[in-house]
Amino acid sequence: MPGKLKAKIVAGRHLPVMDRASDLTDAFVEVKFGNTTFKTDVYPKSLNPQWNSEWFKFEVDDEDLQDEPLQITVLDHDTYSANDAIGKVYIDIDPLLCSEAATVISGWLPIYDTIHGIRGEINVLVKVDLFNDLNRFRQSSCGVKFFCTTSIPRCYRAVMVHGFVEELVVNEDPEYQWIDRIRTPRASNEARQRLIFLMSGELQRKIGLKVLEMGGNAVVGYLQCFDLEGESGLVVRAIGTACTLEKISTFPATATHPNNSSPSKDMKDSPQAAPSTLGCRSTHSSPVHSASSRLSQGFSVSVPTLLFAGMKPRHRSSEVPRARQCRPGFGEEAPGVPLSSGPPTPLRAQTFSSFSPSKSYSRQSSSSDTELSLTPKTGMGSGGSAGKEAGPLKALLRQQTQSALEQREYPFFTLTAFPPGFLLHVGGVVSARSVKLLDRIHNPALGNTRSYKLLDWNSFTADEPETRDAWWEEIRQEIKSHAKALGCHAVVGYSESTSICEEVCILSASGTAAVLSSRFMQDGPLDTEHRLSRQPLCVFSTGSERVEGDMGSSASLGFEEVVSPGCGFCHIPYDELNIPFPAQLTYCYCCRRYKVPDVLFTTIDLPTEANVTGKGCLIQARLCRTKKKAQGEGNATAISSLLPFLEYELHTQLMNKLKLRGMNALFGLRIQISVGETMLLGLASATGVYLTALPSPGGIQIAGKTPSDITYEQHISTMQKKINDTIDKNKELYEINPPEVVEEIIGSPIPEPRQRSRLFRSHSESSDEVSELDLSHGKKDAFVLEIDDTDAVEDIHALLTDSPTPAGFYSCNTEIMPGIQNWTSAIQMFTSVRVFRLNANLTNQGLNKIFSDLCENLLKSLYFKLRSMVPCCLCHLNFTVAIPEDELIQVAVTAVAMSFDKEQPLENGKQSGEKTLIKAITENDEQLQFNLELNAETSSHNPLSSPKGLSEVGSHLSARAPSVDYSSFADRCSSWIEQLKLKAHTIRRGSVKTTSSLEKASPLPEGRSRSLRSNRSYSGSSVAVVKMTPLSFIPGAKIIKYLGIINMFFIRETSSLREEGGVSGFLHTFIAEVFAMVRAHVAALGGNAVVSYSMKECVFMENPNKNQAQCLINVSGDAVIFVRESELESTSVQTQSATTHTSNGGEGT
Amino acid sequence: MSVELDVFVGNTTIMDKEVYQLWLNGYTVNDAVKVRIEGGVMEECEASAEVLLSDTMDQYRTFQMCERLLHHPAKLANQLLFQIPPDRQAMLIERYALACQFNSLDLVIIQFQTFICISLFRYYAFDDSFVREVLGKKLSKGTKKDLDDVSIKTGITLKSCRRQFDNFKRVFKVVEELKGPLVENIRQHFLLPDQLARDYAAIVFFANHRFETGKKKLQYLTFQDFAFCAGQLINNWTVGAVDNMMEDMDVDLDKEFLQDLKDLKILITDKDLLDQHKNLVCTALRGKTNVFNEMEANFKNLSRGLVNIAAKLINAKDVRDFFIDLVEKFIEPCRSDKLTSIDVNLYLTHYTNSAHILDTFKHHAVWTRYMGVIKSCILRMYHD
Repeated sequence: MPGKLKAKIVAGRHLPVMDRASDLTDAFVEVKFGNTTFKTDVYPKSLNPQWNSEWFKFEVDDEDLQDEPLQITVLDHDTYSANDAIGKVYIDIDPLLCSEAATVISGWLPIYDTIHGIRGEINVLVKVDLFNDLNRFRQSSCGVKFFCTTSIPRCYRAVMVHGFVEELVVNEDPEYQWIDRIRTPRASNEARQRLIFLMSGELQRKIGLKVLEMGGNAVVGYLQCFDLEGESGLVVRAIGTACTLEKISTFPATATHPNNSSPSKDMKDSPQAAPSTLGCRSTHSSPVHSASSRLSQGFSVSVPTLLFAGMKPRHRSSEVPRARQCRPGFGEEAPGVPLSSGPPTPLRAQTFSSFSPSKSYSRQSSSSDTELSLTPKTGMGSGGSAGKEAGPLKALLRQQTQSALEQREYPFFTLTAFPPGFLLHVGGVVSARSVKLLDRIHNPALGNTRSYKLLDWNSFTADEPETRDAWWEEIRQEIKSHAKALGCHAVVGYSESTSICEEVCILSASGTAAVLSSRFMQDGPLDTEHRLSRQPLCVFSTGSERVEGDMGSSASLGFEEVVSPGCGFCHIPYDELNIPFPAQLTYCYCCRRYKVPDVLFTTIDLPTEANVTGKGCLIQARLCRTKKKAQGEGNATAISSLLPFLEYELHTQLMNKLKLRGMNALFGLRIQISVGETMLLGLASATGVYLTALPSPGGIQIAGKTPSDITYEQHISTMQKKINDTIDKNKELYEINPPEVVEEIIGSPIPEPRQRSRLFRSHSESSDEVSELDLSHGKKDAFVLEIDDTDAVEDIHALLTDSPTPAGFYSCNTEIMPGIQNWTSAIQMFTSVRVFRLNANLTNQGLNKIFSDLCENLLKSLYFKLRSMVPCCLCHLNFTVAIPEDELIQVAVTAVAMSFDKEQPLENGKQSGEKTLIKAITENDEQLQFNLELNAETSSHNPLSSPKGLSEVGSHLSARAPSVDYSSFADRCSSWIEQLKLKAHTIRRGSVKTTSSLEKASPLPEGRSRSLRSNRSYSGSSVAVVKMTPLSFIPGAKIIKYLGIINMFFIRETSSLREEGGVSGFLHTFIAEVFAMVRAHVAALGGNAVVSYSMKECVFMENPNKNQAQCLINVSGDAVIFVRESELESTSVQTQSATTHTSNGGEGT
Repeated sequence: MSVELDVFVGNTTIMDKEVYQLWLNGYTVNDAVKVRIEGGVMEECEASAEVLLSDTMDQYRTFQMCERLLHHPAKLANQLLFQIPPDRQAMLIERYALACQFNSLDLVIIQFQTFICISLFRYYAFDDSFVREVLGKKLSKGTKKDLDDVSIKTGITLKSCRRQFDNFKRVFKVVEELKGPLVENIRQHFLLPDQLARDYAAIVFFANHRFETGKKKLQYLTFQDFAFCAGQLINNWTVGAVDNMMEDMDVDLDKEFLQDLKDLKILITDKDLLDQHKNLVCTALRGKTNVFNEMEANFKNLSRGLVNIAAKLINAKDVRDFFIDLVEKFIEPCRSDKLTSIDVNLYLTHYTNSAHILDTFKHHAVWTRYMGVIKSCILRMYHD
């Protein structure tokens, strides 16, 4: 029993009235972990019970610690009848198992009931004592860190990136069990919630094992999904990227290397932190692979996307490697394979040195991999194509990285942003889809006797995970082969998703084919000869040197060779003569050395070092296709035959809209296909930008098929004019200037290299111009749209109906918006859900229009809602569409609105000056904290000295507050309030009903809030503000600690829908409650923010006739502690005074 | 095609103050949208009516969710459901601090989530014209049923009337059973600013004693007049007023005191005493006012009126008529004699003081306590 879990129940508050007679409640608490249950005493007749229990101790295996949640049930004691449940709290104790994450869970957590929602709060304390377990046969993987963030987390640096990890577990869905017919909805919901908690825990543990096996210590870009397959069960699957991370030493040190950790700084200060890269070519070779185990005819289509009008989708029989590879088994999958060489990684990896043995081990294991798998052979096969690449050096480079990569079964990375120097070239989007028929449950009778609380699917569903695994394997192989076709050996920004309708399931995977540097994958430095030979090309050698300095030890200089930052990744990785799809290549507009495609599509984030002209914007393609109702295989066949067309059209739409905005590249492309009984829905979202390296996009030209008719001609010419006007307007709106005036680029913050690059270019232009004329960009290659049928007319109309974003707003679905850097600290994360009911019998066009309007209107509503934040950018706009039932379309959006200063970023010197100023002020404040009058004076001094004072607000004090540094101001306010409070404590007799707001306003180091919390826990403490964002960073702040992953699943059901305000009221409350619970759990871990937050599932079902509704929500993110950058320097001072403070505060209470 | 469901939930709660006011005023969603359209928000933000409707519905839902909390303001301090924007909070905090001038009593307000606090004030704010209608009425279901008449009469929407009425009732219910000073209780339980808490105290007090305020003769009095009088009564005539806030409550009048008031009757029943009193007052007043003759002529009448009111207060039924009695027995006669309020003040001062000089009059404490309140009430009520 290598772990001891301890829990203490302190108090409750705001409990619901359970006894009508007395209007009070006799509450007690059951604490359950595994099969052990403890109870507190009954605290009679109170809505704010103070249990103050002993420490309940559970002695358990660490395996259980990872799998099981701590379950706390609050009940109302009833002498005569059964005790009534008030609600439950599930606590994921995983964050406590990792030494670098949280150490204690302590705080007020909402008590949740699946029927009534939040019913009061409970104050608990949870701790874990772990004993080291060096047993190499162990099944636990404590200590492996998990991050939802799809980049290297801010306060870590990557020593090694090991690669793809995946796992899935399957179980029966309790909702479909036999017993569900006789149990209450509450019992059924709770069974489901608990099961999913268990399954996620187990999944995480298994992934952790794989990571340890590979020699890593963390999973980055962890993406966990649920497939609610109904009758056939519940699948929980996850993918991620195994890494070896090293914590960047704390505060003082980080302050000196800000480049590594702060994203905004990265952008501002070090654009040269360049991954040297080559070539790019946007291909979306999207093969639709459809083969179910029962469908014999499978096919694969590649939809070449950069086609001109009139081209038809090419069908080509793909070279899908059918050969299934023997993977080295892990854990239960293949118990036969001995894990004898399991890495003796210490449970808590405190020293990094401990990783070196495992590293060496990893090589060992991968070599054994090679023996087992067939991969190298296939690798060789395609190596041929790689060998054909122009330039022997490139090939050399490729071979090296390839060899590193091809030892892996899937060279996939779920990351979307990369450490500098990692991403070399981007090929284009690769995606694969497959239509499957879900199997019906084999033996329903078994369900009766089985207890659902344990995951004992081994007994009878043993083959289930196998089947699902095989499905995904097929798709991944497909992706891999597509990447190869693009001359790439890796896939980045990789993600997987499903859409299920009845028994049909569409599995999708997509990513961006890329060439990666082996630096993070191999240990030793690489061939120096090769580096030397490349060196002359390096334009910004200074920049790359700086990067190396930052990257530290493991950085092999090997790949700093190639060219300029900001264009390298655009250079094509594939063979010019052997292009896998039709494309127009030109020489790179930045370096003039390498070929680039005319358009580039990717699923990754815009690399921070990329040279971008102007700003970007959200581009969406929306499509609806009707489909006949069908059953079983017929249905699957129908869907698979529709898919390629859907994909093709989505692509044409994307391309048109991109051109219309005068842009040439898409980032963060996410294509979602949703299947319903009578229709298919496709939504592609991406952020369009103008990459300076790529040629300027041609316009859109309309061609009619019958030039004879004069009115028709006129019609066409007006349309053409409209389109041209729109393009011009957009260019102005997004500040896209032709490359000649590149000096005015806002996106490139450092003037020096830019100037150099310009010089370089102009030089090359003069020399190369003549020879390159044939590759010219201009209007010559305008994109031609032929209006030969109504469809095309519709397309054009659709093009023009997209309304522009209102003034002051920008939107993107990536992490950051090129061209905007001076974010303020004001952020607002939100979720919006809409469900539309369609009329029956709509045509395809009608459907399209409705769907498109739906999305447009939703966006418009968002802009209106957030108008107070202008100027602002909606970042990470993540749309999810679903068809919950026939004739219903559900669109859910989660995003963050971040406001920014309109003014141009100040010069560096000025900024730092300001910073010290703020720092001085903060310090002042700290010193004067106990003196009211003086303090007020200081605050009046401050704003006068602030250079950024923008808006003069009404009241005279606020007029003095500069709009920019609320953070420090809020802090000052809070400290000042704290004083008032201290006074109040002495002045006021009688009960203090309300307590401070100081914690929420002050983003102080954890020590402080912790101690505050524990001091106050008995006297109703305040509520801390927890920020939430889908991004991996918080503007103007520095993340100093990751506390662990938040992964929560909730079900809410009601049978009094009307009383709760109808469907909208019901869902509104539920989402608000989910937010509240996430915030409470983060605060209990000691955090003050959630980053990389996402709502991965929002399944809403209603039955208005029965006045019922049910909703399932799954959210995830990383709990973190952040500190405002402005305070960073003065933290030590703050902590000091904080301690004095706390003790004083304690006395006051 | 129709929107089946439409929600927007932010991590920090966005509340539009304008829409909040519309909601409080009891506008329906559609009416609120109309008002907003007229307000020009659409042109400002390039929005369509559809967007506005969606936004308004959303805001209304948020308020409704918030309403549950507003009913138990003490819970607001540590509720978890709504998160308030920190920057906005900073601004609000500072504005409030300024407004409150660091008044320690208002600390409660600054200390917790100021943003919701504003909602709270507004939620508990009421229309004087409305409260004037229900003042002194029993806060019962019966009265609530009659609210539609009130709504028509005052032009305040029925919804808003109901909310205000329910607020009164809620406060009444909570405070009724509490010990200690009334105003302080309200302030603590409902976290209301001082003035608002005092007004609520008045409303509760009036409702408890069912003071008659609806008669035609009382129509000229505003709610603030009554609130002032209620304050006087609460501070001087209740048990809490003398007993230094121990044990008892503020809501009920001091029974012993009321009993003692009967003894004052001697001032009018004893002929000698009455004459003596009159002489003293007249001597003091002579030459100081133009209306001396009228005062002299009316003295016995007025004195009888005031003392009779005192003597009757022991009966709960007569307490109800306290204000109408004051008007009929004192204010109206004075007004018909064209006394100015300065005259009335002068008269009442001497009337009160002279009684202390009377040899056989022993009830000085009771007299002072009684006349102090009567004087300030009459002076407040003595206007057109």
